[in-house]
Amino acid sequence: MSLEPVRDFLRTAARGAALDLLPYPALLGLTVERDGAEVRLRMPFAPGLLGAPERLHGGAVAGLLECAGLMTLLLALPDDAPLPTLKPLTATVDYLRGGAMRDSFAVATVTRLGRRVANLGAVAWQYDHSRPIATAKLNFILKSVSESVPAG
Amino acid sequence: MSDAPDPAQPAVEELPDPARRAARQARMIQGFLDAIPHMHALGLAYRGHGDDWAELMLPYAPQLIVDDGVIASGAIFSLMDSAAGFAVFTRLQSMSGHATIDLRLDYLHGPEPGVAIVGRAVCYKLTSSVAFVRGVAHQGDPDRPLANMAGTFMHGGAA
Repeated sequence: MSLEPVRDFLRTAARGAALDLLPYPALLGLTVERDGAEVRLRMPFAPGLLGAPERLHGGAVAGLLECAGLMTLLLALPDDAPLPTLKPLTATVDYLRGGAMRDSFAVATVTRLGRRVANLGAVAWQYDHSRPIATAKLNFILKSVSESVPAG
Repeated sequence: MSDAPDPAQPAVEELPDPARRAARQARMIQGFLDAIPHMHALGLAYRGHGDDWAELMLPYAPQLIVDDGVIASGAIFSLMDSAAGFAVFTRLQSMSGHATIDLRLDYLHGPEPGVAIVGRAVCYKLTSSVAFVRGVAHQGDPDRPLANMAGTFMHGGAA
């Protein structure tokens, strides 16, 4: 599946729409809350996200951050050109506070959008944006459709 | 150290059998995998462990796919975070509350669709408060990893 339909969905998504076009964000239960040009993702609390008694699993928080990065990147790419293939390259997550049993949010910002590499920063919080539970540095490799000639 | 018996130490016969200890740890890891909801949701399975390492498996499942049948990098992150946590547990021989400080994954190549992913983590250094871990994710050949992992955990001390 291409990410093109996901980009179309993000452009028009109503507040609170479920990001269920892709199975993994659906597993996390992510919903989209756009705030102007910014894509904000919400991960409603669900028992399946727990990694320790009353604590969210660090991997679920990382998943939320990675998805925020990917969605932000999709909207940051020029929309008059075919979408390049996007591959995660590195993800570095700092865990700052334990995730409590409540909804989490995440936004990402593009630090640099190059032709072949995109560098993003993402932040996740629960009660208060200024008290993040985790931050991430996410780098993606971009391959334009003309570069990725199918083999065979 | 002398070879003479140390009266302060228990006799060899009284020491816990390493095999028995290993079996007990394996049961504990399995217990966590069954009881921790997010690990259960991902279907993480126990593969093996030693004195400073643990290995888990992430089965291929449709709900973990992000694009073109490929397992989402976020699910691989969860696999490696979990394996790293158990590696710290085996090194500390205690589950006494450790928390991830940071974890980095380098995605070396895309996973093969339809194939389970193995995550192996080693706790290679322990200080009084910090555990250092590293590891790889692969799909059958550890020499051809699909992701490399490095991380640190805060821990409350060895048992």
